[in-house]
Amino acid sequence: MSTSALQAARLILARDLRLALRKRGQFVQPLAFFAIVTTLFPLSISPDLARLREIASGVLWVAALLASLLALEFLFRDDAHDGTLEQYALSGQSLTWLVFAKTTAHWLLTGVPLALMAPLAGMSLGVPYAALPGIIVPIALGTLVLSLIGAIGAALTLGVRRSGVLLTLLTLPLAVPVLIFGAQATDLAIRGASFAAPLYLLSAMAVLGVTLAPLAASAAVRISLE
Amino acid sequence: MVRRSIQAERIELWRGERHVLAGIDLEVGAGEMLQVTGANGSGKTSLLRTLCGLMHLEDGRLLWGGRSVYEDLPAFHSQLVYLGHAPPLKADLTARENLHYWVGIRRSLGAADITAALERVGAAAWGEQPARTLSAGQKRRVALAGVILFAAPLWLLDEPATNLDGEGQRLVGTLIDEQLQCGGVVIVAVHQDLPVRSAEPRRLELSAA
Repeated sequence: MSTSALQAARLILARDLRLALRKRGQFVQPLAFFAIVTTLFPLSISPDLARLREIASGVLWVAALLASLLALEFLFRDDAHDGTLEQYALSGQSLTWLVFAKTTAHWLLTGVPLALMAPLAGMSLGVPYAALPGIIVPIALGTLVLSLIGAIGAALTLGVRRSGVLLTLLTLPLAVPVLIFGAQATDLAIRGASFAAPLYLLSAMAVLGVTLAPLAASAAVRISLE
Repeated sequence: MVRRSIQAERIELWRGERHVLAGIDLEVGAGEMLQVTGANGSGKTSLLRTLCGLMHLEDGRLLWGGRSVYEDLPAFHSQLVYLGHAPPLKADLTARENLHYWVGIRRSLGAADITAALERVGAAAWGEQPARTLSAGQKRRVALAGVILFAAPLWLLDEPATNLDGEGQRLVGTLIDEQLQCGGVVIVAVHQDLPVRSAEPRRLELSAA
């Protein structure tokens, strides 16, 4: 009996999550990076919470952006190396759909843990409790967009050895709007204002990313297999 | 039911400045096997990758069951299994998990199917071991279990017997024999003839461009 598209996506998710559990180092690395960067700021600037609160949204977002860029390199690399991507392309399933499933797994393994860690980092930067949803929600959404944009970059650089720098250069310009609106949302939340407007923009970007990025990424994967 | 035969007419493939496939013609029907031979770098792998639709040919036609494979690539892909020279196994998953995720994306598998396939290739003893602990020959056997599990009519195998011991090479021959008896189509890239009994293997010799 042939596998349905939904089952195939579930298999890919389960497989990538299981692999991440077996290879914890790779998955902990961006989180550790995020924790280090955000804790170094109070040490280097000032322990004064009022001053830290001023820069908290910027610190959190720059750290989250760089941490998720750090994780991108692993998105397709191992699978390209051992021929798994080739088998995906020959599976008879839509490669776009499978790439979307892989990107979702990547977000679950980097974006979601980052969004859950960010409130802790926020509190060490003097962010009030009431503003914590203004950190979790925009970062969760923003990292989803970053994973989707990053999937295109990661797929395009599959043929390049030591692709880290090129991947960052490709992805960064597209990631800047996420940084701007995400940091704005968090900043508004810290000031106690409504952060709905930038959040809507982030959501719009997420919708655009979900619809277009897997198409572009799967086309790039196909080219890399030729 | 699609007529099981693959046909290539004057296919041409360039890689940069290299003319890798220069007007290759072939036709392999149900129960037939084609052995592709040639020196290293003569384009055996490129030919197999072109036949499975991973590489796009620049000129010529590629037909499966009399119809161009490019009309419906996903449907064509679900009729074939391609095994490259490296087995597509994840080092951190066990042999059994590897098969579950690899083949499962196309066909729903039960645990019993995987057990049966592992036993068939003599890999039952190390089914629960992570692939990283397996030797190259053991990995090759697990990959062969995957090939059986796909139950696809068209097999495209790139050096399926590398790293295998004498008994393993006979196993490859037997598996191909069984596939041919079920009316399957087999194309293999090889350096040495495989011990296949049921059909007189046809040969295609590629010369280095």
